[in-house]
Amino acid sequence: MIVENLAALQVVVPLIAAPLIVLVRRGAFAWAMAMAASAASLAIAVALLLQVRDVGVISYAFGSWAPPWGIEYRVDVLNAFVLVLVSAIGAVMVPFARRSVAFEVQDWRQAWFYCMYLLCLAGLLGIAITGDAFNAFVFLEISSLSTYVLIALGPDRRALLAAFQYLIMGTIGATFYVIGIGLLYLLTGTLNMVDMADRLPQAWPSQAQTVVAALAFVTVGVSLKLALFPLHVWLPNAYAYAPSWVTAFLSATATKVAIYLLIRFYFSVFGVAIDVNALPISEIIIALSLAAMFIASAIAVFETNVKRMLAYSSVAQIGYITLGIGLANQAGLTGGLVHIVNHALMKAALFLALGAIFLRAGTVTLDGLAGIGRRMPLTMAAFTIAGFGLVGTPGTAGFVSKWYLAVGALDKGWWVLVFLIVASSLITFIYVGRVLEVAYLREPAPEIAQADDPPLTMLLPLLALAAAIVYFGFETQWTAGIASTAAKVLVEGLR
Amino acid sequence: MTAVSPDGLVAVAVAAPFVGALVIPIFHERPNLREAVTLATAAVLFLAVLGALGPVLDGGRPQAEIINVAPGLELAFRVEPLGMLFALVASALWIVNSIYSIGYMRGNNEPRQTSYYVCFAVALGSTMGVAFAKNLFTLFLFYEALTLSTYPLVIHRRNAEAIRAGRLYLTLLLGTSLVLFLPAILATYALAGTLDFRPGGILAGKASSATVGILLALYLFGIGKAAVMPLHFWLPAAMVAPTPVSALLHAVAVVKAGVFAIVKVSVMTFGIDTLAVLGQSPWLTAVAATTVLAASLVALRQDNLKRRLAYSTVSQLSYVVLGVAILAPISLVGAAMHIATHAVSKITLFFAAGSLYTAAHLTEVSQLDGIGRRMPWTMGAFAIGSLAMIGLPPTAGFLGKWLMLTGAMETANWLAVGVIVASTVLNAGYFLPIVFRAFFRPLPAHGHAHKAGEAPWPIVVALTATAAGSVALFFAPQIPFTLAQLMIGR
Repeated sequence: MIVENLAALQVVVPLIAAPLIVLVRRGAFAWAMAMAASAASLAIAVALLLQVRDVGVISYAFGSWAPPWGIEYRVDVLNAFVLVLVSAIGAVMVPFARRSVAFEVQDWRQAWFYCMYLLCLAGLLGIAITGDAFNAFVFLEISSLSTYVLIALGPDRRALLAAFQYLIMGTIGATFYVIGIGLLYLLTGTLNMVDMADRLPQAWPSQAQTVVAALAFVTVGVSLKLALFPLHVWLPNAYAYAPSWVTAFLSATATKVAIYLLIRFYFSVFGVAIDVNALPISEIIIALSLAAMFIASAIAVFETNVKRMLAYSSVAQIGYITLGIGLANQAGLTGGLVHIVNHALMKAALFLALGAIFLRAGTVTLDGLAGIGRRMPLTMAAFTIAGFGLVGTPGTAGFVSKWYLAVGALDKGWWVLVFLIVASSLITFIYVGRVLEVAYLREPAPEIAQADDPPLTMLLPLLALAAAIVYFGFETQWTAGIASTAAKVLVEGLR
Repeated sequence: MTAVSPDGLVAVAVAAPFVGALVIPIFHERPNLREAVTLATAAVLFLAVLGALGPVLDGGRPQAEIINVAPGLELAFRVEPLGMLFALVASALWIVNSIYSIGYMRGNNEPRQTSYYVCFAVALGSTMGVAFAKNLFTLFLFYEALTLSTYPLVIHRRNAEAIRAGRLYLTLLLGTSLVLFLPAILATYALAGTLDFRPGGILAGKASSATVGILLALYLFGIGKAAVMPLHFWLPAAMVAPTPVSALLHAVAVVKAGVFAIVKVSVMTFGIDTLAVLGQSPWLTAVAATTVLAASLVALRQDNLKRRLAYSTVSQLSYVVLGVAILAPISLVGAAMHIATHAVSKITLFFAAGSLYTAAHLTEVSQLDGIGRRMPWTMGAFAIGSLAMIGLPPTAGFLGKWLMLTGAMETANWLAVGVIVASTVLNAGYFLPIVFRAFFRPLPAHGHAHKAGEAPWPIVVALTATAAGSVALFFAPQIPFTLAQLMIGR
């Protein structure tokens, strides 16, 4: 019975676990519940991935209402990949949360914290697994609303403003998305994505303007959520003032799921139905991606709050992923997809390291990190590995992403783009280098004389992520291998 | 070592230094054991390389395939004659240099010795990875690892000057490799569909003359470790490191990894015939010639001994590039020989410089009056090293230069001939005065040098050994010569 309903359980487990926490409302219980639900989600996601790999696409009719009338959960290689990523990040990171959250969030709010985390997780998994465009909107809202709360729980009062800023932007994004879906519903009379893709050609090119408008609304709406430059303005503050653990979790999962949604619409709905190459969408995405890679990186170089620096770095790195989407060929899209995972691992490691530093040193400003490498050697070792991953040093996962992206650019004969890709890694090297130089070569301040590596529950997740960054720099069967399979399906589906 | 297959030896050679680097910190509190680990690791490495020498000379190409990262990106090793030669030199000199390090680091009470030895071992492991790389990806991976592992050694003193130098070091080496070298590798992959090193190259008939020219320029300047001007600034800056680092890494392992990569790419990625047919010789000769001469001219004016040696290295490295630029088989043999012989001689000169610093705190050329009478072994070795730099018999420096000169004559590359002759004069101009000063000027009545004796014995042993090696290679060049000839398929 469990096996047939795995797809439903993927969302239902965390969704049920969240209100259970509210019933008990004790920090320790809440954490244990979150841990259990996260682990269960990971197990389910892995099972789904293995199943998809063996038998192909899984279609699950919710409440036995057959699609396209009922809500369909549809799992293929692409979203199984995303489900594993999101739930794995959750499961690996929750042990870290125990101490970090206890330090940064008031006692009486901790149970709510874990409740919100589980709702967010359920929402993200829901977006990834559903085959229904409107159902995706519902999950988008569930994840967004819980995210606003999570950000507002930050230790600094500015977190409230950051959360409010994100609330406004996020709501605009969601509105755009739902308008786009509305237009598509008018055109096709369906909300099921596969069905939509089947029916959309009838409206093309007779109602081309409406189709293009729908595409534009969906793209802008989702791009706000994934922080595509220049729709990223909510992100730096939200990341900088949210609790450390939340920043790490969001950077690794929330934007990534929004990117998945964009890919799903771009390739699986519009791409198979209409001739997207006739529209300048690919050029726009590439131009914005490049702007993100250079402008956001340049801003990061001048940031003095390391958390904000890494937030801008996220905007830049998202540029790499969307660049792969814009390239829309086998190698390029593989690069974009694999960077979803690789960037998730790297940013999770970096932000968790900052969380550990905040716990021990009470600050994450650049000057505050002086000499921290000598006080917290293992934490900074993980930070260093992840930092080099961001730069794209060979031997780290970041290199694999960039290799595929560059090969994708070469396949199109775009030599200049190759140089732009490598040149932007040089800017990354500058801001990562700034942090490392301060952390290792400055004399430690007296305030951090007592600081040392965090307890094992925090250290192990951090080191595990760092190890994964190196591991996936060599063994890429589970990252680039799957990404390549998914990219093949998507690219071949294009009309 | 007969129990291990040649393929296994390759894996041992690359892995041994990394294993050593993991073991060294365990003995942080017990310096003697710690240094014993370094020496043992160096010995294992040398024996492993030596064990693979026989099979390579017999025509075997031991290899080890580790993992396939992505299509076209394979982590794999394959021992070619040139890589064998490089590995042999680097691993043999590591043993000598480790003995020297012990004397130097203890003699000068240097801090952070454990991390020094760890980084050194990682750097040597990376060097082995470069030497034995089967393809451009593997070479690139270890090339970057070499940069990163030597950075902590450059900033060893942790003062403002060292940190500034380290920043320049890292920015130039990583920057050129990311912005020029990596795109060159990508372009090679796009053109040839593989990154493997193959005899005769992989680009024959696959690219136009202009494309090959651009690509070669990307490699030439992207491989910043070769210190071709104007990308040589990192090397003089790196001289702030402790002298054994300058000696083994910035005269042998790091810089030779650079020119080794250039030779390897020229021979086994482009193919010498392809380069010759597409007329790449003239501009390459001009670039190499400029560096050879300009660096020598700068060296003439340096009073700081290590900086003078550094500019001499910049100049000598471009000899190797020149040997490639001539594009004659015999000059390539010369280039390969020069990689080996310059290593042995230049390390001698640096050993001597470090000896002067340790025994008498002398760092400038102008302070060396009469020091030869106080430190005869040191300055005797320095004199032999100087002769090798100039290229005079009976030192090994003569061999590579002679072969390159022959090649330049054969191909009627008169620019190259002129440069080799002119630079010989320049070399004499900045090395012989030092030797003259040390032996024939009177000792000043006051100052550090007055009371000085020889440096600690490990230092003297090491520099005597390499000076002797420099002469011995002249009389017995068979092994490097055979390997160099095998490289070009003779």
